[in-house]
Amino acid sequence: MIVGYALRESVRRKVLVVVLVLTAAFLGLYALGTEQAFDIVDEERFGPEGAGGAVDSRELAGATLFGLSMFGTLFLGTILAAFLTLGVVRGDAERGLLQPLVVRPIGRSVLLLGRFLAAAAVCGVYVIAVYAGALVITWAIGGWVPDRIAGPALQLAAAVAVVSALALLGSVFLTTTANGIAVFMLFGAGLVAGLLGQIGEVLGSETLTNVAEITSWALPFEALYQDGLNAITADSSGFTEIALDLGPFGGAQAAGPWLWPWTLAYLALVGLLAVAAFRRKDL
Amino acid sequence: MPAAFSARALAKRYGRVEALAGVDLEVEEGELVGLLGPNGAGKSTLVKIGCGLVRASAGEARVCGSPAGSHEAREAMGYLAELFRFPGWVSADELLELHQRLAGSTGGATEREDLLALVGLAEARRRKVEAMSKGMQQRLGIAQALVGRPRFLFLDEPTSALDPTGRRTVRRLLEELRGRGVAVLLNSHLLSEVELVCDRVAILSRGRLVAEGRPSELARPRGVEVDVDGATRLFEGAGREEAPRLVADLVAVGERVYGVRVLESTLEEIYLEAIGEHSEGHGEAS
Repeated sequence: MIVGYALRESVRRKVLVVVLVLTAAFLGLYALGTEQAFDIVDEERFGPEGAGGAVDSRELAGATLFGLSMFGTLFLGTILAAFLTLGVVRGDAERGLLQPLVVRPIGRSVLLLGRFLAAAAVCGVYVIAVYAGALVITWAIGGWVPDRIAGPALQLAAAVAVVSALALLGSVFLTTTANGIAVFMLFGAGLVAGLLGQIGEVLGSETLTNVAEITSWALPFEALYQDGLNAITADSSGFTEIALDLGPFGGAQAAGPWLWPWTLAYLALVGLLAVAAFRRKDL
Repeated sequence: MPAAFSARALAKRYGRVEALAGVDLEVEEGELVGLLGPNGAGKSTLVKIGCGLVRASAGEARVCGSPAGSHEAREAMGYLAELFRFPGWVSADELLELHQRLAGSTGGATEREDLLALVGLAEARRRKVEAMSKGMQQRLGIAQALVGRPRFLFLDEPTSALDPTGRRTVRRLLEELRGRGVAVLLNSHLLSEVELVCDRVAILSRGRLVAEGRPSELARPRGVEVDVDGATRLFEGAGREEAPRLVADLVAVGERVYGVRVLESTLEEIYLEAIGEHSEGHGEAS
C-alpha cells in the first residue's frame, strides 16, 4: 500500500516524466559520443588492432565508454533515490505530511519500510533500464558487449538501493536540505575513494588501496559499482587489461564473494537503525 | 468501560523546557472536552502524546484503555493535526481511501461518500487537494480523522482556517459525533466555540492543568441585575438563589420590577482568571 502510494506520487508529481525526458537526453548524448569514439577507433591510426597491435582498441573504447555510462547511470539513479527519500521523515514531518499517516495503526516501521521498497523499486528499475539502453547503444554502434551483462546491472540496482537506505536514515535526523547535501557528499566521497584505489593499484600504494577498500565496505554502493565495472571486462587480458587498469572506468577492482552478503547485511543494519531512530523520534 | 482518554501525571520535557508538568485529565465516552490555554501551555504536546507522536517523559496516557501510541490505541482514535498538509496530487476520495487502508477500515466507497457529505465536500470527491481552498482542506482533514469510525477524536484547532459557515458546520458535526457516542478532545483558541459545544473544559497554563469542569461549574456569580422604573439596579456578587429575595425586597419598598438577570462570569473571564491574566482587551485565547 505504501509502495503503491509512493509510486503514484512519483507518477503524479511528474517526477517520472522529468526523469524520462532527461534520461533520453543522456542516452542521446551517450549514443553521439559512442559513435564518434568508434569512428575514430575505426580510422587507420587507431585500427582494430590499435596503434601497436597489442591493445584491442575496440575493447578499450567499448569498455571505457560503457564504464562511463555506468557511472552516469549510477549518478542519475543516486539523484532519483536521494530526491525520493531525503525528506521522508523530518522533511515530511516539518511540512505536516507525515503526522496524519503515522498515527494510523500501520505504524512507523511499516511506513518506513514501504517508502524504502518504493524508492528501491523505482530506482532499481530505472538504473536497469538505463543500463540496458546504454548496452544496446554500445552494441548497435560499436559492436561491443560487456563480458558480464546481468551482474553489473543488478549491482547498480543494489547500489541505488543502498543510497536510498542511507538517505532514509539521514531523513530521520536531518532536514531535507542537510540530508541532500550529506547524501551527495557521501556519494562523492565513495567515488573519490574508488578512484584513489585505482591510482593506488597503478602506483602500488598500499595505503591508497587500503583507504579505498575500507571506504568501499563502509559505503558499499561504491564497492558494488567498482565490482560491476570490473565485471564488464572480466575476460580482458594482456596489454588491453593493463590499458583498462590505467583508465578511470574499465579496470576497477573485484570485490570478492562477500560483497552481496555484506550489502544485504548493510541494508538490514541501516534499516534497523532508521527504524529504531524513527520509533523514538518526537514528531 | 475505560475512559476514552486518560492522562495520569503526564509530563514532557524538551531539553530544559518543561512542556507538561504532571497533567491529570480524563475524557469519558461520548464526552466533548475543550482544551484551552495560551500558546506554549502544552496543549499540542498533550494531544501529540495521546496520538503517539511524542513520547512522554513521565506519567501515562491511555486511549480507550490502551497505552497511547500502541496499535490498539491508534485503531481506536482519529486525529486532526494543527498544522497538517495532504499531498496536493491526491483527490479527496483517494486520500480517504488511503486512510481507510492505513486504518484497516472496511467502510469502502460508502464510508468515503458519507464522510465527504458530512463535511460538505460531496461535490469535491474527485477534486485534487492542490485545487482546494484552505477551508476545504480543513474539512477534508476532519473527514480523514473520522475514517474507520474512531471512538475517540483528537482535534487540534479544527476550525482555524474556516469561515463562520464552515465553523458552524463543524459545530454541528461535533454535536452529531457526540450523539453517536464519539468522545472528542478539542484543542481550540476560540473560546466562544468551545463554550457552545463542549461538555467540559480543561485549561492548561505553563504545562499544568489550572482549571477543569463544566463551564457552568467554573462560572462565578457576578451579580443580579434588576430592571425597575427608569433604571437598572445591579446587586454585585449576588447569586441566582438570592434573586427572589432581592425582587421581593424591591417590591416591598414600592419598586415596580420589569426584568431580572442573573449575571455569571463568561468562559473568557474564567479562562483569563485561570491563566492569571487581566480580562482587558482579550477576545480570544492567544
